[in-house]
Amino acid sequence: MGVTRLKRTDAVIIGVGWTGSILARELTKAGLKVVALERGKFRTPETDFALPHIRDELKYAVRQELILDPSLETLTLRHEINETALPFRRWGAFMPGMGLGGAGTIWNGMTWRFAPFDHEMRSHIAARYGEGAIAADQTIADWAMRYDELEPFYDRFEKLCGTSGQAGNLRGRLIEGGNIFEGPRQSDYPNPPLTPSRGGELFARAAKNLGYHPYPTPSANLSREYRNPEGAVLNPTIFCGHCDRFGCATNSKASPNSTILPVLLDEPLFELRCDSWVTQIVYDKAARKATGVRYVDTASGEEYEQPADLVLLCAYPFSNTKLLLMSGIGAAYDPATGRGAVGKNYCYQVTGQVPVFLENEEINPFMATGANAMNIDDFNGDNFDHEGLGFSGGALIFASPTHGRPIMGRMTPPGTPRWGRAWKEATAKWYGHAFTIHASGANFAHRHNYLDLDPTYRDKLGNPLVRMTYNFRDNDRKLSAFVTGKAVEIAKAMNPTILGAPMPRRGNFHIVPYQSTHNTGGTIMGADPGTSVVNRYLQHWDADNLFVIGASTFPQNPAPPPTGAVGALSYWTAEAITKRYLAAPGRLV
Amino acid sequence: MVDQPIGRRNFLKGAGAAGTAAAAAMTGGLSACAEGQTPAQQAQQNAPASEPMMTLTPTEAAFLGAAYDTFIPADQYSPSGTDCGMVVYMDRQLAGAWGTGARFYRAGPFLQGKPEQGYQLALTPREFFAAGIAAANDWSRRTYGKDFDRLDPAQREEALKTMDAGKAEFTDFNSKYFFDQLYESAMEGFFADPIYGGNRNKVSWKMVGYPGLPATYASKAAEYRGKKINLPPQSIADLS
Amino acid sequence: MAKTMKHVDAVCVGMGWAGSIMARELTKAGLTVVGLERGAMRSTRENFVMPTVRDELKYRLRLESMLDTSTETITMRHDPSETALPQRRWELFPLGDGLGGAGVHWNGITFRFSPAEFQLHSHLTQRYGKNAIPADMPIQDWGVTYDDLEPYYDKFEKLAGVSGKAGNLNGQIIPGGNPFEGRRSSEYPNKPLVMSQGGLIFNKAASGLGYHVFPTPASNSSAPYTNPEGLTIGQCQYCGHCEFFGCEANAKASPLVCVVPALLQDKKFELRTNAHVARLDYDKHAKKVKGVVYIDRLSGEEITQPADLVILTAYPFNNTLLLRLSDIGEAYDPHTGKGVVGKNYCYQTIGIAGFFVEDEINPWIGTGTSAAAIDDFQSDNFDHGGLGFFGGGYICISGSGGRPIQVRATPPGTPRWGTAWKEATAKYYNHNLSLMAHGCQYPHRTNYLDLDPTYKDSIGRPLVRMTFNFKDNDYKMSAYITNKAVEIARATGSKVVTSLPRRGNFGGINGFASHHTGGAIMGTDPKSSAVNRYLQNWQASNLFVIGGSAYPQATGHNPTCTIGALAYWSAHAITSQYLKSPGALVHA
Repeated sequence: MGVTRLKRTDAVIIGVGWTGSILARELTKAGLKVVALERGKFRTPETDFALPHIRDELKYAVRQELILDPSLETLTLRHEINETALPFRRWGAFMPGMGLGGAGTIWNGMTWRFAPFDHEMRSHIAARYGEGAIAADQTIADWAMRYDELEPFYDRFEKLCGTSGQAGNLRGRLIEGGNIFEGPRQSDYPNPPLTPSRGGELFARAAKNLGYHPYPTPSANLSREYRNPEGAVLNPTIFCGHCDRFGCATNSKASPNSTILPVLLDEPLFELRCDSWVTQIVYDKAARKATGVRYVDTASGEEYEQPADLVLLCAYPFSNTKLLLMSGIGAAYDPATGRGAVGKNYCYQVTGQVPVFLENEEINPFMATGANAMNIDDFNGDNFDHEGLGFSGGALIFASPTHGRPIMGRMTPPGTPRWGRAWKEATAKWYGHAFTIHASGANFAHRHNYLDLDPTYRDKLGNPLVRMTYNFRDNDRKLSAFVTGKAVEIAKAMNPTILGAPMPRRGNFHIVPYQSTHNTGGTIMGADPGTSVVNRYLQHWDADNLFVIGASTFPQNPAPPPTGAVGALSYWTAEAITKRYLAAPGRLV
Repeated sequence: MVDQPIGRRNFLKGAGAAGTAAAAAMTGGLSACAEGQTPAQQAQQNAPASEPMMTLTPTEAAFLGAAYDTFIPADQYSPSGTDCGMVVYMDRQLAGAWGTGARFYRAGPFLQGKPEQGYQLALTPREFFAAGIAAANDWSRRTYGKDFDRLDPAQREEALKTMDAGKAEFTDFNSKYFFDQLYESAMEGFFADPIYGGNRNKVSWKMVGYPGLPATYASKAAEYRGKKINLPPQSIADLS
Repeated sequence: MAKTMKHVDAVCVGMGWAGSIMARELTKAGLTVVGLERGAMRSTRENFVMPTVRDELKYRLRLESMLDTSTETITMRHDPSETALPQRRWELFPLGDGLGGAGVHWNGITFRFSPAEFQLHSHLTQRYGKNAIPADMPIQDWGVTYDDLEPYYDKFEKLAGVSGKAGNLNGQIIPGGNPFEGRRSSEYPNKPLVMSQGGLIFNKAASGLGYHVFPTPASNSSAPYTNPEGLTIGQCQYCGHCEFFGCEANAKASPLVCVVPALLQDKKFELRTNAHVARLDYDKHAKKVKGVVYIDRLSGEEITQPADLVILTAYPFNNTLLLRLSDIGEAYDPHTGKGVVGKNYCYQTIGIAGFFVEDEINPWIGTGTSAAAIDDFQSDNFDHGGLGFFGGGYICISGSGGRPIQVRATPPGTPRWGTAWKEATAKYYNHNLSLMAHGCQYPHRTNYLDLDPTYKDSIGRPLVRMTFNFKDNDYKMSAYITNKAVEIARATGSKVVTSLPRRGNFGGINGFASHHTGGAIMGTDPKSSAVNRYLQNWQASNLFVIGGSAYPQATGHNPTCTIGALAYWSAHAITSQYLKSPGALVHA
């Protein structure tokens, strides 16, 4: 029962979500033979996301059919380094994806670019507010590339997805109705924005009256039929209200499964192996090379070694971090000394909400997509003066129901009993007349928020679980209170019949209520091998032929959802490999 | 049919060895409910069905029926929780993969955690509900002198509120913790697709105006923005 | 976060037959007793009700009443040189769980052991010579004799309301009973069950060959019966749902029917279910156990229960595991043969003879206890000279139910699906029978239990590792007695007889039994046994270890009756001797 050594390949990719699919596509275009290893099952929209069963809220949203099965692998959590971490026995606050396409299959479709500020957070804050504005335990850092360097790659990802949106800054020209705070775009979105929902309209009107700048969500749920540069055809959205946690039955949500995989699977240079759970990157420390990967075929239980010239780690941030730690590549982060970088700067998303109840408005929450909200960026990044506020960063504030699925998408006004006749009356009355205003805020890196390997708990294969040491910190709680207050201000401007209870993030990070599956860091990028894991091309500092791609490379998590930047970084790295690394293998920085 | 939890439960409990014939006699076909009926009419047609239980004991079924009927009373909005199929729903859930611990990380050690660390017991949902119902009935007997399902409606309401507040003194078990999962089970079953058994005749979807399937609104999203839309709900079974 | 409970006089770990009998006897003697049970509370009224109790898929195939392997399981290897792997599902055998333990899901076969078995080593060396027992078979005497135990066998039979016919009443051989049995002081409390058609066929054929057919002693009661605890046992309905099922008619004796209701009324007794015992609190210096540490599965809390007396009454695997985890007694080492904890794990060696008859069998009319048996090839009831093996077993007729998923043999050569298969299944369902050759399993030096180095249970303890395989003695014994069964099957006039003696490595589903013994065996010498003749631990005088774990070897008879007898025997020693003067009852 030893390890079977397979035939060498040019490149091996670990994880076939957005990053893995994009890298595989770009590398095969450059003539490389690529083997892609995916832990989850093979799946296609036709067979796995078909009507009518794909509309089953209990199965997909509550029992989490397409989410990583915690009995295979989960995480442990503690709030502080002196506590004992315990496992997430079930998912709650976030839900890592599982299966071919990864989290890219089950996302809502919000496709933001990060702002120029987000790429230069540390130097920007220091320049505007002084070095003292950054607390000693805030281990934030600049990205390793500027917005304008990444801009063409943001553009490529938007064209892959067929992102539907309204430009707000086209080559420096500000356009009303778009996001005027965004970085300059070289081209417009490939598709026009979605029809706004009634909730979005009401939010936008109120925000505008207050002098803010509402704009539609850049959406990977398409506004019209679209053929992407790979030749894949996507359909217009049907506003079915089943995006997040579901696969798309109509191919109208961009996902690896709908935009790239159909092309890749026909590509002779590409070989996909599902049910392949990678346990180790084989590392030759002396040669500073990864020589291949080891994985277990979960269908047979057999272990294989796949040698490769290039190893691309494209899994979720937790798995990217875990594999580096288990393979002994790079120094593990030590929160006591601040040394080491693997596991460092784990970040999440700091959110806040306020519900509104409008008895005379028909919201029809079930006619929705995961990404047709109206948004404002007036309190995002450093678009407002932070002087005297006591925190840095900001939030995207937006509104629209993303679904009206009745188990989870029901609101009743404060003071309503939780059951019985009065509850039923209120539920029947308010189901179609309420929605929530959300704030999606940045999460600044903190010295004591990090990932390492749990000393006790193990995954199904007997390897350690990732241990998350994480809590909301002072900056987060202040930020959430501030932006939730702004959301309340907009809510009040709608003249709601009833204003719901504002829910800023208070107290400890809690794993039970869902917040967002936006987990970042652990293998962060940077300019210095002492404080980062990968360089500006996401090449590992200690192994020239190992690239680590994904949200795991974000030094901290900006306010908008991360997927747009994950896609852009994938194209950015693919170009660095195909144009520069292949010509002269070695360190690119 | 009048709500008769006591009589029905006694009957089931006393069935014993002679139960086969009795159970056979009790098993009537589920009456299909025509569209357009009032919930009260539906309630009459949905007389408490004597569905055979896959895993729930008579006492557990009686407990859940009483709790679900309190959460979801029969009124102009819907029939009672039991008549909506809630006990059947939960019996199937607990007997199935979810109830027996699927998608649940069950490796030890099992330690007591902080509330923010979530569920940390070794119990599968099936075991959790067995233990929780036993503890709740035990507490009910100590407090009211009888099992929960034998309490009158006002006492049931009060008992559930006490559990919700975490003030019911369960032995070795946090009553709030049990209550939360009991409550969650009610909301899941009541609003889930009828294929699971707990939203018979789509009563909850009708109650709130959720159209269900197929959810193809491309041509309606703009037209009905801000306007009432009346679509008779359809379920997975309707489209299969 | 550990919590310590109020001190009690005694704590029983595991509430099956042994635990409930022990708890009952100790409370009668005035002690306060806590019974800890890993599994859930259960009762006939709540858990075994019509019609759902007749669900073959749920109870027999999906093993509803059995231990969930994700809570706890065992690992197995055939030889000490191999790597043991866990039973991820119960494929070798399932283990019981919940209040009443295996005593709830058993079939009800209630044999006493043959007198020779209690002094097996002495008996065999005396009859066959000093060197007759191979060196790698550590067969031992029990330290008690059949005559010592007889009153306690009697007590258990009366508790369980056993139905049968005496074959040796105070030394007098009674026709129609088992003439090979040890001397009984009284008749069975209930008359034998009604003989099935299969039983009549077997009786005719076996009697014709000169064997001594008797009704198998059954804890499936032939008539309503009130036991000495004042508890009522119902009348068996011959429903064919015993093994793996609870009995809705209360007609199968089980702790839930025969003891627990009395205990739950007993103010001196406290039952705690969902209490997963992690270890014993052992003071090596004082040679005492101070209490028991368990995890409350409902709260996750670790709880210590201090007690003057600790009685391990769990399954053999858990009795062994808890001794090892508490570091009580020396672990058995298969290389040196030294050490005792884990030693002499034994199983059961079962062979089958299948046959087909023209009679209408009505297999669904049955009880867990087969209708009739012979003991002519049991133990040393026949001369083993020149046979090359020791031991034997009883041969009995099948007939514990006609549950259709599992019980539908077709003759050899029948296709396994399709129209021809359907035709044969329809034709033979009511006409197939089998004889079971239920053989002993004698110990071997490399068959033992220890702690698995890799795999852990749900509370983080090592799993028990079973190193076990059938050995030469088992194969030869099984071939011999299965052949005798085949001869009987042929004597019925059946044209089609199949023979399935125990062959090959341990494993697979043919001829399995949930009969596990040893690991904490009784004896006369602390060097070769874990407990003395009163089942008192040699290393801690206030610790008693009761159950099949105490058997030095597995006999050809089913183990339950002797577990009951040993529980009463040990309880009597505690209440009549130990309580008067706590300390070692036997001095090494």
